[in-house]
Amino acid sequence: MSLMSFFSRRTTAPVARDRLQILLAHERGIVGGKSDLVALLREEILNVIGKHVSVEREKVQIKLDRGDSISTLEIEVEIPSPASPRIAVNA
Amino acid sequence: MAKVLVVTSGKGGVGKTTSTAALGAALAHNGEKVVVIDFDVGLRNLDLVMGAERRVVFDLINVVQGDAKLSQALIRDKRLENLALLPASQTRDKDALTEEGVAKVLNELREKFDWIICDSPAGIERGATLAMRHADVAVVVTNPEVSSVRDSDRIIGLLDSKTEKAEKGERMEKHLLLTRYDTARAERGEMLKVDDVLEILSIPLIGIIPESEEVLRASNVGTPVTLSNPNSMPARAYFDAARRLRGESVEMSIPTEKKGLLNKLFGRRAA
Repeated sequence: MSLMSFFSRRTTAPVARDRLQILLAHERGIVGGKSDLVALLREEILNVIGKHVSVEREKVQIKLDRGDSISTLEIEVEIPSPASPRIAVNA
Repeated sequence: MAKVLVVTSGKGGVGKTTSTAALGAALAHNGEKVVVIDFDVGLRNLDLVMGAERRVVFDLINVVQGDAKLSQALIRDKRLENLALLPASQTRDKDALTEEGVAKVLNELREKFDWIICDSPAGIERGATLAMRHADVAVVVTNPEVSSVRDSDRIIGLLDSKTEKAEKGERMEKHLLLTRYDTARAERGEMLKVDDVLEILSIPLIGIIPESEEVLRASNVGTPVTLSNPNSMPARAYFDAARRLRGESVEMSIPTEKKGLLNKLFGRRAA
């Protein structure tokens, strides 16, 4: 590290490179594959749950967090029943 | 044999039209017969950058629809006699472009020219997909900036799947043209470096065009930068890229602007 860079602000280009590498690793899989993986997983998981309980489509929350080595897909399904107010399925 | 080259990027404003004009003029300057085609229906600008905006009578859509002959629509460059422009329509709907129509025009052009350079519109809609559809070679114009790199990655995916070559199972020849590169900023870690972009996109490099005031100066007066100031840094980089497109091996140099102490102190002034 040179004296110049010691005094200057933290460099941002490595951050840009890392963000792109993570993002594109995922996008290539989705665009190159048959369909959107997230949409596919959502449909199949909802179909399985739908066999046993009635699910309202708009009461479904889906979150995705893409990480370097692992990604998490979080699907939260709200089931309107007084006995079991909420069941969260984490896939 | 004629080559159809598409200049594409996904993202707008990265330098597709500037590069089309500069590469077209550089190839023509080297004796090749070149036609540059504007595929940006409704938002044409290649005519303006080439300085031919007042000479447009017929356009690509007129030719596709049979309202004009190809020879009537082609505008011969006033500086280089073996350089021609086929402008886009400014008023017609972009749906007037059909795949068969474009193929027919390109086949006719293949008999008259060595290079057919298609200036793609931004985006991944009809105009962009038609511009790349029949290409033999692609130049992907990218800025060292996250959104441009991401969009280029997407375009590379389309070049490998939605083109005629790809559908026939052939390999589409793709080259990266890195534009608006600032070596000093990249060295300071403020901008993605050439190697970063190459590692992410993993297609071969055809040229590095430095960020330069010359590019705006050239478009102001409607002259490709390779003709307006052939000795400027961007022009030399475009000339090198054009030679590489012709198959010559030219050593890749990362452009550096040598600044004297006075220049450093007082900044860049208009030359």
